[in-house]
Amino acid sequence: MSSHPHAPAREDAANTHHGHGHEAGHGSLKGYMIGFGLSVILTAIPFVLVMAGTFDSKLLTAFLVMALAVVQIVVHMVYFLHMNPRSEGGWTMMALIFTLVIVGITLAGSLWVMHHLNANMMPMSPEMMKNMP
Amino acid sequence: MANDMQVQEGEKPVFYLTEDHHPEGSTNLGFWLYLMSDCLIFAVLFATHGVLGRNYAAGPSPADLFDLPLVAINTAMLLFSSITYGFAMLQMERNAKAETLFWLAVTGLFGAAFLGLELYEFAHLIHEGAGPGRSAFLSSFFTLVGTHGLHVTFGIVWLITLMVQVSKHGLIAENRRRLMCLSMFWHFLDVIWIGVFSFVYLMGVLG
Repeated sequence: MSSHPHAPAREDAANTHHGHGHEAGHGSLKGYMIGFGLSVILTAIPFVLVMAGTFDSKLLTAFLVMALAVVQIVVHMVYFLHMNPRSEGGWTMMALIFTLVIVGITLAGSLWVMHHLNANMMPMSPEMMKNMP
Repeated sequence: MANDMQVQEGEKPVFYLTEDHHPEGSTNLGFWLYLMSDCLIFAVLFATHGVLGRNYAAGPSPADLFDLPLVAINTAMLLFSSITYGFAMLQMERNAKAETLFWLAVTGLFGAAFLGLELYEFAHLIHEGAGPGRSAFLSSFFTLVGTHGLHVTFGIVWLITLMVQVSKHGLIAENRRRLMCLSMFWHFLDVIWIGVFSFVYLMGVLG
């Protein structure tokens, strides 16, 4: 009977861990420049849309501004933060998805609840407002 | 089980602790989890601003107050600092200490420029009587943008600390790990700023 039955297994584990340790988050100059170029474009468009008033419809402009912001956040995540489904064995992506769910619940829930609270408040006339403490 | 057996055989017990083999493997994930918790702080502040952002209390509205060209310059400063930090990381990969320090310094200067412009904007608003106490809109605005500015401030403190560390000890494994963490922190702050300039400034001016 071998006196060190686990020794080879330990070496294997150590090797795989060393293999994983260095793969997270290394960019290339090309990657950074692509990310930077896309970010400049995605920042310039919403500023121009609002400052020049390109569209008459506020709703359309607002939708475009928020949509471009989401695209730019994804660009930053990929090219600057080097997110990919494989880094850290997928756990960073898991944490990100979990956080996005919580953020979505927080934002949508707060706006929804507070909107209804506002809508269900007793209507106030300007005179009542003036006499408020 | 193996350990019990060895103790019975009268040998010194051997514990297979693999933790010390990969000190940096879990740091990235741990720091990422911190950033995600930080993301929740900002989510709550964004939600607060979303709820209170239209309550002007008969005071000034975003269209009266915000100077969009200034915000655009501010955004450019932070974006430039992001790309220069990327250059610092690339130089770190090449083991070039002097170049790494140079790009870190440039990053710090862009960060300081961002912070200076933001403080100028805050001072200008407060001078105009549009301080955080004026209306619910301004309270939530100052809290959200101020919290982001505070993060940038501590990012710059961290950056200077690491520049001292790198110049004293060189690009050793510990400093590489720290620079990697600060890289994530710095790019994360730029991601939050995308939300700030889109949701607070542009949507605010849009009305």
